[in-house]
Amino acid sequence: MTSTVAEGPGRKVGSFLHRHSWLRLAGLLSAPLLWLGVAYLGALAVLLISAFWSVNGFTGDLVKVFSLDNFRTIASEAVYRNVTLRSLGVAAAVTAICVVLAVPMAFFMAKVAAPRYRHWLVIAILTPLWASYLVKAYAWRVLLANGGPIDSLLGGPGRGPGYGLFAVILVLSYLWLPYMILPIYAGLERLPDSMLEASADLGARAWRTFRAIVLPILVPSIFAGSIFTFSLSLGDYIAVQIVGGKTQMIGNVVYANIGAANNLPFAAALATVPVVVMVIYLIAVRRSGALEEL
Amino acid sequence: MRHKGSVLTAALAAGLLVLAGCGGGDSSSKASGPGGISVPKIDKLASLGSGEGEVNIISWAGYVEDGSNDPKVDWVHDFEKETGCKVNNKVAATSDEMVTLMKTGDYDVVSASGDASLRLIYGGDVAPVNTDLVPNYKDVFDGLKNKQWNSVDGVPYGIPHGRGANLLMYRTDVVKPAPASWGAVFDANSPYKGKITAYDSPIYIADAALYLMKTKPELGIKNPYALDDTQFKAATDLLTAQNKTIGEYWSDYTKEVQAFKSGNSVLGTTWQIITNLAQADKAPVEAILPTEGATGWSDTWMISSKAKHPNCGYLWMNHIISPKANAAVAEWFGEAPANKLACDQTSDKNFCTTFHAQDEDYFSKVWYWTTPIAQCLDGRTDVTCKDYSAWTQAWTTIKG
Repeated sequence: MTSTVAEGPGRKVGSFLHRHSWLRLAGLLSAPLLWLGVAYLGALAVLLISAFWSVNGFTGDLVKVFSLDNFRTIASEAVYRNVTLRSLGVAAAVTAICVVLAVPMAFFMAKVAAPRYRHWLVIAILTPLWASYLVKAYAWRVLLANGGPIDSLLGGPGRGPGYGLFAVILVLSYLWLPYMILPIYAGLERLPDSMLEASADLGARAWRTFRAIVLPILVPSIFAGSIFTFSLSLGDYIAVQIVGGKTQMIGNVVYANIGAANNLPFAAALATVPVVVMVIYLIAVRRSGALEEL
Repeated sequence: MRHKGSVLTAALAAGLLVLAGCGGGDSSSKASGPGGISVPKIDKLASLGSGEGEVNIISWAGYVEDGSNDPKVDWVHDFEKETGCKVNNKVAATSDEMVTLMKTGDYDVVSASGDASLRLIYGGDVAPVNTDLVPNYKDVFDGLKNKQWNSVDGVPYGIPHGRGANLLMYRTDVVKPAPASWGAVFDANSPYKGKITAYDSPIYIADAALYLMKTKPELGIKNPYALDDTQFKAATDLLTAQNKTIGEYWSDYTKEVQAFKSGNSVLGTTWQIITNLAQADKAPVEAILPTEGATGWSDTWMISSKAKHPNCGYLWMNHIISPKANAAVAEWFGEAPANKLACDQTSDKNFCTTFHAQDEDYFSKVWYWTTPIAQCLDGRTDVTCKDYSAWTQAWTTIKG
């Protein structure tokens, strides 16, 4: 609306906006800010407020009276502590596995592979993201089935890991790996080859070069990737339902309270747990400078 | 609503009043609803007029098919042509969603399960049904008429749609000897440890209660959906012990079919449709109704008290239990039809035998899903029972 250069009213508006730069800025930013404020922060605020409400046991209507009961239940019942710790453990394990797999792959893509192959490698990494999440999770369900391909590979029915906590970590690591590779690849690509050569010319061995040149670039990239793998794992409940056997994570408990029990306030109270965890995690990560890598 | 809530709480604490179906007297001296809520006085439709041109329906997936999922599966177009009522269907995923949608007043009829129907009746969201205006009602199995979940004090609030039981399925090549009792899935030292499955919903607590009802009479369980503190603890303890032998809990029926086919699960609860699908996939499985009986479901078509198209609503309720449509929906969904005559209309002539449609003896052992509420459904007034939100929290704890 501000870019018209024709004569008449358009031009007048244009010159008016030119003189009032704050208005121009407001016009540009109001839509995204409205989105952020209303749709995003607003939803979080509603979540937080409803966490203090409760529901009428028979009619299922919301009782909008302030109470800390939901949080008291979460703090006092051992099961919610266990579920939270299990979810944190899974998120940490998935992140660790993704780092171990992603660093060599990203290094190969950025530094070893010939430049003309690089974009093909990036496409290869991105391809799994084109397939539906559900298709991939169900594919793993078939792979991990009793007597399925993984069992046969390990020597017969029942030899494989089967469904359970291990399967959850495995599948989530597979699902979120691209989100770890891409930031690391982007970080390493910015590292000039000449620095590696200079390090070698000055007599540094591989380890020294890695520590002094590569690592300072790598660490913030890893943290940036871990924000994705950690938060995505922490909130997942679908893969858990498909390959998790009887495992439940925070997401499953939230889902059960919304779907089966129609207890939205309790689900909201539970949902604040991962929000708090991620806020703490982001504050910790900010110190490493990883947020500049995103 | 808040006023109603405080009445509920007061009566809950006093534990004075009895529930629908057990009450009976007039509501001024003895309210029949939970917590003293009497049924809102709503008149049933006196006579059927001509159709209003459309009808708004809330249904379970698979109950209102117009051929868009499978061109051969269509019982909507016939109805539209016959009556001139255009069908607008909204599929709801849960009973809670159905209750919420019905409260808007935008819908005319709903296919409610037993864990929603009472809430709709006492909430004043549905009207009593004048069964004289539903000619096909006379052919409905007697075992489905005037039950606790579709009537209050003998007044019918809905038209039965169909029913099914939660069965015990096992792999015939692995589980030997064949089980006859639910004890097989509650045995902590089961040889099939890690390959047992159970339904993933708080309502599954009733399965444990049903088993305890038969095996531990000293607990005094009369109804698996009415559990006081001691009974509830016994049921959840049993399920906590069972958790160690569980391989996975299922809620998605395709997942269950695949788990039995591959042998990840060899023993556990199932629906008839799952058994049929697994057998069609050449999995060596068999399903039985154990000696203790079983839990199950029975759905009811109800009409909104604020229906804008009551005539089309009645025409729909009559159509969906007509022999042909009822047979088609029962076969598509995999449940026993409500109409006796539907059994002659099924494409598989053994359908009604497979699903035990005419077997009242079979269904007399089935406890249909009902929402547990604080006022004990078995009529006890000296104790408070655990309500559904307590069941949900316990289910989370059981799964650990």
